[in-house]
Amino acid sequence: MIHPIPSGTRDVLPDEMRELRTITEAVRRVFERFGYGELYTPALEYESTLQLGDTATARPAYRLFDENGDVLALRSDMTVPIARVAATRYGAADPPLRFCYFAHAYRGVRPQRGQPREFLQAGVELVGAAAPEGTAEALTVLCAALDAAGLRDYRIGLGDASLYPALLDSLGVPPEARERLVRELVVRNFVGLEHELRSLGLDEEAVALLLRVPQTRGADEVFDRAQGPVAAAAAGMRRVRDQLESRVAERLIFDLGLVRGLGYYTGAVFDVFDPALGAPIGGGGRYDDLLARFGRPLPAVGFALNVERLHIALTGEERL
Amino acid sequence: MSANGLTIAVPRGALFADSLDLLDLLGIETAAVRDNDRRLLFREAGLITMRPSDVPTYVAAGAADLGITGKDVLMEQAGAVGGAGRDVYELLDLGFGRCTMVLATVEGEDPAAEALRRLGVMRIATKYPRVAGAHFEASGRQAEIVEVKGSVELAPLTGLVEGIVDLTATGQTLAQNHLVVREEIAVCTARLIANPVAHKLKAAAIDDVLERLRAG
Repeated sequence: MIHPIPSGTRDVLPDEMRELRTITEAVRRVFERFGYGELYTPALEYESTLQLGDTATARPAYRLFDENGDVLALRSDMTVPIARVAATRYGAADPPLRFCYFAHAYRGVRPQRGQPREFLQAGVELVGAAAPEGTAEALTVLCAALDAAGLRDYRIGLGDASLYPALLDSLGVPPEARERLVRELVVRNFVGLEHELRSLGLDEEAVALLLRVPQTRGADEVFDRAQGPVAAAAAGMRRVRDQLESRVAERLIFDLGLVRGLGYYTGAVFDVFDPALGAPIGGGGRYDDLLARFGRPLPAVGFALNVERLHIALTGEERL
Repeated sequence: MSANGLTIAVPRGALFADSLDLLDLLGIETAAVRDNDRRLLFREAGLITMRPSDVPTYVAAGAADLGITGKDVLMEQAGAVGGAGRDVYELLDLGFGRCTMVLATVEGEDPAAEALRRLGVMRIATKYPRVAGAHFEASGRQAEIVEVKGSVELAPLTGLVEGIVDLTATGQTLAQNHLVVREEIAVCTARLIANPVAHKLKAAAIDDVLERLRAG
């Protein structure tokens, strides 16, 4: 008899589960050591709650009605539910608040290796700690967690979500054109980006700048020619870097083109890369406006690791 | 010699010869590839050869750092479930392999337009169901997309469909089958794509390739 399971989901059997548990236990000890308390929230939330976070790219893929006719949705990440918890359950608590989680999230992606529709995330949220100190703490915890899991060759791409919009502003790009440009940038279509930029009738220098900046990544040399908004973002990244111990700072790649698909990121954003895997293992960033949407304006930063991808990268590093 | 230690996915088929000429410009040893049309993996040159439609799959997974494929392939694979396509960076328009994605029907009065007017829907055969579907969706017309794997020109001649959406370079095959272009949907050329992780971790090597391709 054949009893299928939904596309993009899978069963985890004991051999794999033991290895996953080894990873999550190592990561959990690190989160605890840094003072992050573990919590869990419902997998189902009111759709209206999740929509406070982001409506475009991380749109919840699974929806259903409850007995009152309200629309429920499976969460697409843990950041929005934790923002809700921080604003409602900790309304009077003094910041900073430190939370961690090991929980499944759900997205309507095309299922492929390391990209299921139900996936296990391990992450932290640091609420009430502004840049650069809060960002530096999140990066420190992130590297400590990856070290504890045993990952060897990983690098952290660090960018700034506000950089490209600020750059477009400074060059007088009309707001109605901006959406088209950012859309090309989010899917990393630099051919399409150039096409859109040329259709705007900007001068050659502006087009070259708007093409060059999002393809700039590397060590300190990326700041060499920084001017205007690029210099401002660069200064922000340097301030974060200067707060870091050298073993964390050494892992950084500055990436001026890093844009996350999620709509709530405001400042620093980061991705985790490992040569053993063709896709990022996790990422995060600052979301300084999100808590205000739940009625408690506080700056915040967090990251999530995709545990399954971390596992694939660890087994991949064994072979390198 | 490979290109800075990078692995490049090379499409066999219509883009093959131009792709190899381009790799020659980068100083990559392509003689072994030209001499041997059965072998697929050329480790010393850092090249792997495959169907054009498989190139994004290898690059997205990181099995190749860079790849060359047609915009038609990227367009078709971009319309996947959830709106997010293959996660690859599109770095450069290589200019060669220029084709046009067209809607074509048999010559004379347009049977697709007549079907749309009288039956409310036109049947369209194509190897690019997502591109075709999106085109008719965007222009507000109802179309029944029939996916075929080859010889698309046959479909309207046998009454299977009223029209086809396909790539044409010279228009010769269309003309031989008494088909005429009714609409141009997109111009497609070869593109250089990159794996997102390789783009960060092998930044210097990839930028060097880009610079030489732009200059050459």
